[in-house]
Amino acid sequence: MTGNDVVLALVVVTALGFDFTNGFHDTGNAMATSIVTGALPPRVAVAVSAVLNLVGAFLSTAVAATIASGLVNSGDVTLTVVMAGLVGSILWNLTTWYLGIPSSSSHALIGGVVGATIAAAGADAVKWQGLVAKVIVPAALSPFIAGSVAALGTVLVYRLTRGVADRPRQHGFRIGQVGSACMVSLAHGTNDAQKTMGVITLALIANGTLQSGASAPTWVITACALAIALGTYIGGWRVIRALGKGLVEIEAPQGMAAESASAAVILSSTDFGYSLSTTHVATGSILGTGVGKKGAVVRWHIAHRMVAAWLITLPASAVVGALAYWVANGIGGTIGVAVIFVVLVAASVAFFVASRRPAVTPENVNAAWTGSVVPTTPRDEVAS
Amino acid sequence: MNSWINLDALWKIMVVGLLAGAGLPALFAVGVRALNPPARTGDDLAGRPAAGPLGYVVAGVCFAVVLAAIGWGIAVIVNHS
Repeated sequence: MTGNDVVLALVVVTALGFDFTNGFHDTGNAMATSIVTGALPPRVAVAVSAVLNLVGAFLSTAVAATIASGLVNSGDVTLTVVMAGLVGSILWNLTTWYLGIPSSSSHALIGGVVGATIAAAGADAVKWQGLVAKVIVPAALSPFIAGSVAALGTVLVYRLTRGVADRPRQHGFRIGQVGSACMVSLAHGTNDAQKTMGVITLALIANGTLQSGASAPTWVITACALAIALGTYIGGWRVIRALGKGLVEIEAPQGMAAESASAAVILSSTDFGYSLSTTHVATGSILGTGVGKKGAVVRWHIAHRMVAAWLITLPASAVVGALAYWVANGIGGTIGVAVIFVVLVAASVAFFVASRRPAVTPENVNAAWTGSVVPTTPRDEVAS
Repeated sequence: MNSWINLDALWKIMVVGLLAGAGLPALFAVGVRALNPPARTGDDLAGRPAAGPLGYVVAGVCFAVVLAAIGWGIAVIVNHS
């Protein structure tokens, strides 16, 4: 069926598009602290993170269809549902990126798919207990776990290096910071690239191209790895700035404590089969280092804004996913899917154009925080 | 209760998170301090004491343990597949 093949191609392209937004949305999780303390120049930081995401995507080859299984009845998942879910998650990712809010890409993806499934097959098709146990409870706990680890790490680090002069201390911890940020990037590649691989594999199975239970073909793994790496390299400068400059004013020892806490919590949760959102962990860690250092500036109103965005990520992307499904299904067939694809592309272009004026770039990402994501006086403080 | 919240995994994450996430930076801090002994009162800024042989040994051990832990972390990622 040529019609089906067109739909499948659109779903694959859209899924890779989601992977791309996942990459640039989450660059800040790993690299924000290294960029603001000057441990790495901004462009080098995103390049290193991109390479490690690429490597990470290949390192871990077991692709579980984590998004669908356990959360919705997979029998109700059609190509149109997957497409609508992706549209919902990409639009929400772009919105939060534009506002400079580090929201969870996995929540956006899950919300979009759940919303589209409800629109297609009703609320009974959602496994609510799985959703609460696997998504909502971990999301509520992870910032506190990561935050307390990071706070303790920060207290210890400052106490142990109390007599050390400022310059060698900054120098030493910048090196440590780079190492720990690299671990977070690697962990991100292994976790997040897999989600898109799972979605594409699911679409291929739904289409009958692959047998049920098949693992991801090599071209899917390669394409996803490249998409997330490219996204990471483009760099979500708005989110990086909000995390690194807006939330807490960070010094190198705090940066190292934060990234170590993030890496340890993400890796151990992966190993114990309890997947936490990289974004929630990283944000919790950065807040934790602010709490752990005496006299550190923590802007709680920004933290509140981020938490509010986390709370509405699932429902908001679900609503967009459901709307997209109704539009696609209402028009029907290949044309319906093509229409929501075109709308998605148009909206993405609009977000991109809006973000250019004024843009947050590698040159002004470290400018002094003046209360907004977009620096009011570009090229201020950059020379330092 | 247990089907809603995975307490078993949670406390393990907390313990490993604290040991690796807070312990390793602390160890790293010990290494940094061993390499840069605090100035004694009376020293001027230019004449900070250099690390002695013991300082280098302590720092070397600390950094080696941190590197080993990173290696373990990568092994965890690879083996998880």
